[in-house]
Amino acid sequence: MSKELNSGVPTDSEVILGILNNSESVLKRLYIAYFPMILQLVINNNGDSDDAKDIYQEAIIVLYNKVKTGDFELSSKLKTYIYSICRRLWLKRLTQMNRYGGDIKDFQEYLTVDDETEKNNERDIQFNKMGNALQLLGEPCKTIIEDFYINNRSMQEICENFGYTNADNAKTQKYKCLQRLKKLFFQQK
Amino acid sequence: MSENNQLTETIERYLNGEMTKAERAQFEELRIKDADVNTKVAEHKHFTNLIKQYGERLELEQRLDAIHDEIDVQALEDEMMIHPSWIIRTWRNHHSKISVAASIAIFAALCTLFFTGYLSNKQVNYGQLVGEIGKLKTGQHNLQNTINSLSPQHPTVTNPGNFRGTGFAISSNGYIITDNHVIRNADSVYVQAADGKSYRTKVIYTEPANDIAILEITDPSFKPLAALPYTFKKAETDLGETVFTIGYPKDNIVLGAGFLTSSTGFKGDTTQYQISALLDYGHSGGPLLDSKGNVIGIVNGKQTRIEGAAFAVKTSYLLKAIKDIPADSLNKPLNTTGKNILAGLARPQQIEKLENYVFMVRVYSNQ
Repeated sequence: MSKELNSGVPTDSEVILGILNNSESVLKRLYIAYFPMILQLVINNNGDSDDAKDIYQEAIIVLYNKVKTGDFELSSKLKTYIYSICRRLWLKRLTQMNRYGGDIKDFQEYLTVDDETEKNNERDIQFNKMGNALQLLGEPCKTIIEDFYINNRSMQEICENFGYTNADNAKTQKYKCLQRLKKLFFQQK
Repeated sequence: MSENNQLTETIERYLNGEMTKAERAQFEELRIKDADVNTKVAEHKHFTNLIKQYGERLELEQRLDAIHDEIDVQALEDEMMIHPSWIIRTWRNHHSKISVAASIAIFAALCTLFFTGYLSNKQVNYGQLVGEIGKLKTGQHNLQNTINSLSPQHPTVTNPGNFRGTGFAISSNGYIITDNHVIRNADSVYVQAADGKSYRTKVIYTEPANDIAILEITDPSFKPLAALPYTFKKAETDLGETVFTIGYPKDNIVLGAGFLTSSTGFKGDTTQYQISALLDYGHSGGPLLDSKGNVIGIVNGKQTRIEGAAFAVKTSYLLKAIKDIPADSLNKPLNTTGKNILAGLARPQQIEKLENYVFMVRVYSNQ
């Protein structure tokens, strides 16, 4: 019984709590529960399964970030919310590709959502820049930065991994790397 | 540079809460005093947060990808696709084949129209023929014959019940040669001489492959003609020779003149010549003569849609057909020898002499 509950569609509050608690299983259930709905939307409106994957993940990320930052207010069913975001994203994509015939086949009710996808877009641009900058940074800087700032490793660990004779050397190296990363990041338009 | 590093390290320690109370108080004082340091702190905080968030985003994307990989997308896709009605599906799956089939059908229809002469402008003058079912039947029959024998024939303007063509004497005692397609399906065949007299004839021999038919005038009122004024030239005639024919596309005789333009006929048919002459349908079966009055062929057809391309069966095939007539079909001896009295005459005189030997062939059939 409990297993069945676990594997089914999560309730809306379960999802919110699960995301806040970093629950892997809730995320998975959420993902599996609503993907078919979005797949149906996309493939019946000039898209393929890869397009569906892209925009669905984008929508999940929007939801995830909103919940994490605490400014998510559930004013409708979560299902409707996800569908609306995806619909909006897909329309935008279709227009960009000049494939939009002015007519979209709908399978669910939807709300008008607007600003949230825009905000997410801004963030995406920043992340893209960061990704590029890290790529340009090269090794070993990239790994040092990732280990320290993303994976929260201590300087001691990093020191051992890279074979620096002492932590000070590693630190100096890290600051040089950070300096360069900043430069690369802000150089991009 | 190292000073810069030191500041960064201090900021990092401050942000990570690794400072002692005294240090912290001192640094906060510095922040208030030095606006430069203060913005550096904010900048550093913002930038390291961005790195962190970027890392989290990457990780989230990886997690989502991992979940996605567990879904059987293909099966879902099949289930979710709205299946359109079978007509649309058939079109989507087979539209290339359907298009090809449609093009072939259109092409075939155009070919049919082309070969039945429907596209020819000449048709307009014969308004009475259009729209008769019988004509369509004959047209189709013509086309079928073309395909069957693979020998191209031009379509005759046909009036169910009344075909017309031309024929000419091959002997003085009433044997006449014409095109097989003129007398095909005939119930009775009459020839009409230039003086307007009509004689009943019998078809004694046909050679559909070369489109040749031989008639015999059986009418008792027919009086033998004088010796033929022309001879039959066995050898091939060279290109550029001036040629002419006379025939009955309408009720009185019509001259058609031009040059011999090719030693092969329609689509390279070696049994025929190609001539450049404006001929009408009723010219079929008329003699093709060179300037010296030798018969070099028998007018056979023309290429529709191309002005002035007509065809004539070569004399050698004509003579072969005469030789091939079974002996028991002949009631009288067939003597093709004539005396050429046309050579050296001007065209009008030639025609005057010829007139009596060229007949209008009238065909009656119930079809």
